[in-house]
Amino acid sequence: MYGLPEEAKDTVAGGRAVAASEAELQSEFDQMVAADQRLEPRDWVPDAYRKTLIRQIAQHAHSEIIGMQPEGNWITRAPSLLRKAILMAKVQDEAGHGLYLYSAAETLGVSRDELLDLLHRGKQKYSSIFNYPTLTWADVGAIGWLVDGAAITNQIPLCRCSYGPYARAMVRICKEESFHQRQGYQILYTLAHGSAEQRAMAQDAVNRWWWPSLMMFGPPDDESQHSAQSMAWKIKRHSNDELRQKFVDMVVPQAEILELTLPDPDLRWNAERGRYDFGPIDWDEFWRVVKGDGPCNRQRMEHRVRAHENGRWVREAALAYAAKHQARAGAAA
Amino acid sequence: MTDRRQWPLWEVFVRSKRGLSHNHVGSLHAADASMALRMARDVYTRRQEGVSIWVVPAASITASSPDEKDPFFEPAGDKVYRHPTFYDLPEGVEHL
Repeated sequence: MYGLPEEAKDTVAGGRAVAASEAELQSEFDQMVAADQRLEPRDWVPDAYRKTLIRQIAQHAHSEIIGMQPEGNWITRAPSLLRKAILMAKVQDEAGHGLYLYSAAETLGVSRDELLDLLHRGKQKYSSIFNYPTLTWADVGAIGWLVDGAAITNQIPLCRCSYGPYARAMVRICKEESFHQRQGYQILYTLAHGSAEQRAMAQDAVNRWWWPSLMMFGPPDDESQHSAQSMAWKIKRHSNDELRQKFVDMVVPQAEILELTLPDPDLRWNAERGRYDFGPIDWDEFWRVVKGDGPCNRQRMEHRVRAHENGRWVREAALAYAAKHQARAGAAA
Repeated sequence: MTDRRQWPLWEVFVRSKRGLSHNHVGSLHAADASMALRMARDVYTRRQEGVSIWVVPAASITASSPDEKDPFFEPAGDKVYRHPTFYDLPEGVEHL
């Protein structure tokens, strides 16, 4: 999206790229990045930059569409018609976000089918957060507030990413995510100010989603294998730990207004740093879930592959219908 | 596992309100033009972002080279006199 795919016709004034040497192209690329210019779909970029972007954007796109599952789980059981309409709108947004991102990835010269195939064969990942189950209605609230809140914190700097199509997709997504976060917060606020059972349900959801949300920012800076290069390329603008801290500082006062607690005995204001200190994250759990052993990994993938297979006849029928009508239009002309 | 043939790619242009031109907003895959239009509505105007949509097969677009320093754009480079700011006005001249 937001730019033609690589194979777009290049009938006018092409050929310069062929004439320039690799070193010249690399130096132009470096200058572009240094000057905070955006790279666009048919610009020359180093292979490693292209690969990194495809991996990151695809993983992001997969997360959007897999993320529809835990929330879709509650559409039929939303507590009111309004809540149901809101949740449907949110899940529909996630599908849209997936589409913006797949389109951005496609401008790098990879097809939608290839990306879905890589996801289905487990060769590309999606965010581990979606491998946790949504056990109660309050989980829909906790996802909106914490998971979407963490996603927004991660995504706002991506609006200035050096790759134009990705940055533009993120602008759109960030605008839409703020509705998601607020609706989640409102669900929790309502529950937290309801009956004792509702309050307990809200607290339980926050207890379960808190640590996985902090893990969403990825491994600590000293263990993050792609971070340094991505920052040099201005794909990434802030480190994992920096963003995680930012999120904690933002969320703690919001939890106080909900009158819910966050499940971390070490969480406290550090006046010296002007930030909140928080306890150690269980990275063994993180890696276990990344490697496929979370509570819902298999279920999510099975559902995704089944939906894709079950939709095959629709995709084929639509193509056949289009071909038939095109042939008729051709005959009539 | 991949489908035999993907739905073709369409570029989507949206007029956000009367009086403004259509702007490129993104792309999508659809089997034909009418499906592309309906999907563009669902994907790009869920919040009343538009009053009119164009969809164009991506393969029908002819593009210049992406390089801004390309000789293709060079002829405009040395014609600063095409801009009003090129001209110094004598002191005191107004409405010009």
